[in-house]
Amino acid sequence: MRSFAYDRPATIDRAVALLAGEGALALAGGMTLLPTMKLRLSAPEALVDLSSIADLKGIASDGKTLTIGAMTRHADVARSAEVAKAIPGLARLAGRIGDPQVRNRGTLGGSLANNDPAADYPAAVLALGATLVTSRREIAADEFFRGMFETALEPGELLTAVRFPVPYAAAYAKFPHPASRFALVGVFVAQFKAGVRVAVTGAASSVFRCHPLEARLSENFAPEAVAGFTVDPKGLNSDIHAEPAFRAHLIGVMARRAVAAALQPAV
Amino acid sequence: MKISFKLNGKPVDVDVEPSLLLSELLRDKLDLTGTHVGCDTSQCGACVVHLDDESVKSCTILAVSVDGRDVTTVEGLALGEGIDRLHPMQRAFHENHGLQCGFCTPGMLMSAIDFAKRHPKPTEHEVRQWLEGNICRCTGYQNIVRSVLAGAAAMNAGN
Ligand SMILES: Cc1cc2nc3c(=O)[nH]c(=O)nc-3n(C[C@H](O)[C@H](O)[C@H](O)COP(=O)(O)OP(=O)(O)OC[C@H]3O[C@@H](n4cnc5c(N)ncnc54)[C@H](O)[C@@H]3O)c2cc1C
Ligand code: FES
Ligand code: FES
Repeated sequence: MRSFAYDRPATIDRAVALLAGEGALALAGGMTLLPTMKLRLSAPEALVDLSSIADLKGIASDGKTLTIGAMTRHADVARSAEVAKAIPGLARLAGRIGDPQVRNRGTLGGSLANNDPAADYPAAVLALGATLVTSRREIAADEFFRGMFETALEPGELLTAVRFPVPYAAAYAKFPHPASRFALVGVFVAQFKAGVRVAVTGAASSVFRCHPLEARLSENFAPEAVAGFTVDPKGLNSDIHAEPAFRAHLIGVMARRAVAAALQPAV
Repeated sequence: MKISFKLNGKPVDVDVEPSLLLSELLRDKLDLTGTHVGCDTSQCGACVVHLDDESVKSCTILAVSVDGRDVTTVEGLALGEGIDRLHPMQRAFHENHGLQCGFCTPGMLMSAIDFAKRHPKPTEHEVRQWLEGNICRCTGYQNIVRSVLAGAAAMNAGN
């Protein structure tokens, strides 16, 4: 790794001031950033370690909205009684990210800021129509994910929290890559009064909403409603693990499993 | 940068470059070579240590970020020399033949102990799920899973 300056501020204000410096990057769990620095794909001049900022951590729910701080780790979301009560599908998603040691370090904010095309959290944030709170503004999920590893965040802008509206029902189903556990295809479904939102990860260059699935499920929120459903494979990811046609097929299968899981009574 | 932390129960003060990894600090500067580096890409789990009692991959943590915290490595498990003084999880690996070449074992032990503390009555399925981040190239996992179940039972019996 190239050498860099290091700071661990205790407040959001101080972190934002440090991030305004030339070549400064935020360090959250480091589970993506440190490997990319080892590979020299990234060579920041300074790292601003967010781990001592208490205001970036924590989970709160008022029954209508679930708010999770950007520095909340996957393990904390997976174990949280608040999350299990408000959006159990989100807790289950967090509990299946990577492995226990990744979950003990990786954070919600780091995963979203990174926007890996196969990451799990982006599907939840988009399907639930969450609001991303930053050091400068609030960004709707529909505006946040811009493309492969690309988001609406500007240089120096800090993601501070995510506000999830509490749905009637929601769940995630993923077909994990057998080695990395990233999603080959993952589908998050969320049912609200206004209708159903469906987001797909792993299948294309970035997470996306699947409108034909949303239309069918808004009419009938049941696994049968998506039986035999498949999308046009054109433009879907192709690699040694799955061809576009297989990914297209998996979208239908994962959607059906997600709906079935969402309808299961809480235990 | 000067950092101070607790390592296997004892205070350590050391001066480190910000780019130094925790795995490098332990192995190269502090001569604790029980923590192994297999992949150096956060995949294999050979480098797992405990940070404030939770298992983490030391190849993917900066040494500076453990300032003020508690680190335990495989060297910190046994009470002393001899089989009788081994940690119950170490003993379970010994008794159940939970290793062949032993390269993955330090990480397996650290991960397994974290697991056992969180799962008072573990099932085989839970053990296998938990070991997702620990790769073994020799054993085929069968005896590792057996060892973890035995070790967890011993730990939770207050042994
Ligand atoms: C072995 C392994 C398996 C994994 N499996 C999965 C998986 O199955 N599913 C999955 O979704 N992910 C997986 N991941 C990724 C993991 O979830 C990471 O934790 C996550 O992508 C990055 O989060 P982090 O907190 O570690 O961020 P970091 O690596 O610290 O940061 C990532 C990027 O985000 C920026 N950043 C971080 N926080 C903020 C913030 N608050 N505001 C603005 N910018 C910020 C950083 O500057 C950096 O550019 C895996 C990772 C590993 C190593
Ligand atoms: S050496 Fe750290 S995970 Fe392989
Ligand atoms: S015993 Fe050789 S890698 Fe596990």
